[in-house]
Amino acid sequence: MSSSVERFDERARREADRVGETVVHRGELLRHPVYTRVLHWLVAISFVLSLLSGFAIYSPYLFRWLTPLFGGGPTTRFLHPWFGLLFDIFFFFQFLNWLVPMLWTKADSRWLRRIKEYTTNEEKLEPEDVGFFNGGQKIYFWAIVVSGLLFLISGIPMWLDHVAPRWLVAASYIVHDIAALIMLAGFIIHIYEGTAAQPGTFRSMTDGTVTKEWAWTHHPAWYEDVTGRNPREDYERAQRRQRERARAIEAWEHEHETRERINEPGTEEFPER
Amino acid sequence: MSDERTLQIQQISAHPGTVPGQGAQREVEVAKYIDVTTCIGCKACEVACVEWNDHPFRETTFDNTYQTMPTTEWNYYNLIKFVEHERDGNFMWLMRKDQCMHCADPGCLRACPADGAIVQYENGIVDFQQENCIGCGYCISGCPFDIPKFNPKTKKVFKCTLCSDRVGQGLEPACIKACPTGCLHFGTKSDMVALANTRAKQLREQSGFQNAGVYDPQSIGGTHVIYVLHDATQPELYGGLPSNPQIPPSYTGWKWLAKPAGLVMAALGLLAVFFHRVAVGPKLPQPEEPPPAEAQPDTIEAKRKEKP
Repeated sequence: MSSSVERFDERARREADRVGETVVHRGELLRHPVYTRVLHWLVAISFVLSLLSGFAIYSPYLFRWLTPLFGGGPTTRFLHPWFGLLFDIFFFFQFLNWLVPMLWTKADSRWLRRIKEYTTNEEKLEPEDVGFFNGGQKIYFWAIVVSGLLFLISGIPMWLDHVAPRWLVAASYIVHDIAALIMLAGFIIHIYEGTAAQPGTFRSMTDGTVTKEWAWTHHPAWYEDVTGRNPREDYERAQRRQRERARAIEAWEHEHETRERINEPGTEEFPER
Repeated sequence: MSDERTLQIQQISAHPGTVPGQGAQREVEVAKYIDVTTCIGCKACEVACVEWNDHPFRETTFDNTYQTMPTTEWNYYNLIKFVEHERDGNFMWLMRKDQCMHCADPGCLRACPADGAIVQYENGIVDFQQENCIGCGYCISGCPFDIPKFNPKTKKVFKCTLCSDRVGQGLEPACIKACPTGCLHFGTKSDMVALANTRAKQLREQSGFQNAGVYDPQSIGGTHVIYVLHDATQPELYGGLPSNPQIPPSYTGWKWLAKPAGLVMAALGLLAVFFHRVAVGPKLPQPEEPPPAEAQPDTIEAKRKEKP
């Protein structure tokens, strides 16, 4: 089965690359191909629509705020299950696409043990065994898989609640809410990590590329895989070059300043004409 | 007793904040009292209900009983349940007029997520406001009596209104007016409870129904439709009347406690990532450009060293 899934995904990526384009400039690496990016945003759009329409019905405190976005209460109620179904369908394809790189490894368990260092930014560079996805990303992925299933299982009786048994609808209501809260927690962290917390990450889902510096900082093992180079050595080399450059600039600035001082009007040695 | 002021709203579904005008007037709770023991199953109440609400006539279902159809429907609020029962070797017909019970603590109202789709008047009538209904159907699963019914065409839910339009004009509900045996009564809740208790006592003492009693289930704070049953210990006999009706905990504890808590957690999560960015800062690709400045000596510490 897995081989047929792989064949399907490979074909999908090839077809998407034929239609779309990813330009990799010097000093950059291809992070996400067109197919992955398009899927990601289809999932994202359907998720945000599901989230907003769902939260309108979730709480009386949000009802009057969010239902107007969808044209009132009845249309919100009508659209929400369809948004959710779209989300599940799109995410199913992303699931197939990402199943292999998302498999849990020992490196992820190690990553999870040092989550405190990760969140407090104590270590500037990720450990060398962090691959294409880190442990946190994998947890989010599997949380979506579980939540997506829970959404579907509990959503159907709520969609058809005038035919489903009473106890089933009442129980589904809680399951649906728990899945939503899990997803929301992950979603907040996901957006934060993808934008403000890690500059240079967002473009991986728009342009599809990242800088080499980004790659050896956040995903060193992946960097080694795609470039065949040692991430630490390259980092140290970049650091040396940066220091040299800084020193050269400082030296240049120093010389420049001295010359300016020397040439200052009023100084007797080199009077200006 | 039952003028327009009795339609002052007491509770609104999914409504954040207080109810406007609550408790402004002295209010009297109303109740419908159904004496099951004197019902003859004539269905005059069913017809009166259909007539007053201008409902089209529905097709009836024949299932070898006298019952008009299996359950109440979105345009058939009032249905007599016919149960053939054997008591001491004798045949007995249990005929119970089934309709909305107008609970003091309505499960439909608790379950409803649409602001203002279900209201409870201070006189105890629970009424659906179809213009605010979003058709989600949660009220159906919130009701312990299986009363609200979905209209697939309009995607709205309907049920007995206790003729709130009539009661608001000082009239009794249409079913009460039509009853020929006097087994249906309408009045204040306290009057109806007193009347029902008297009748139950009479049944116990004079008619040999030792278990006769009033059905006014306290698990949902009592109802504004009360029954006198031959056997109040077994209400299930009367076409599935629950002896201990319950609102699902997902619409009580979960909705009013866990849901707001979830929202607060989501808000805290947003604040947490915001302040993480402000306090801890971003993870930049390494080496950072420009390189971090050399550690500066603490200025106060430096000045202190200069002084002596």
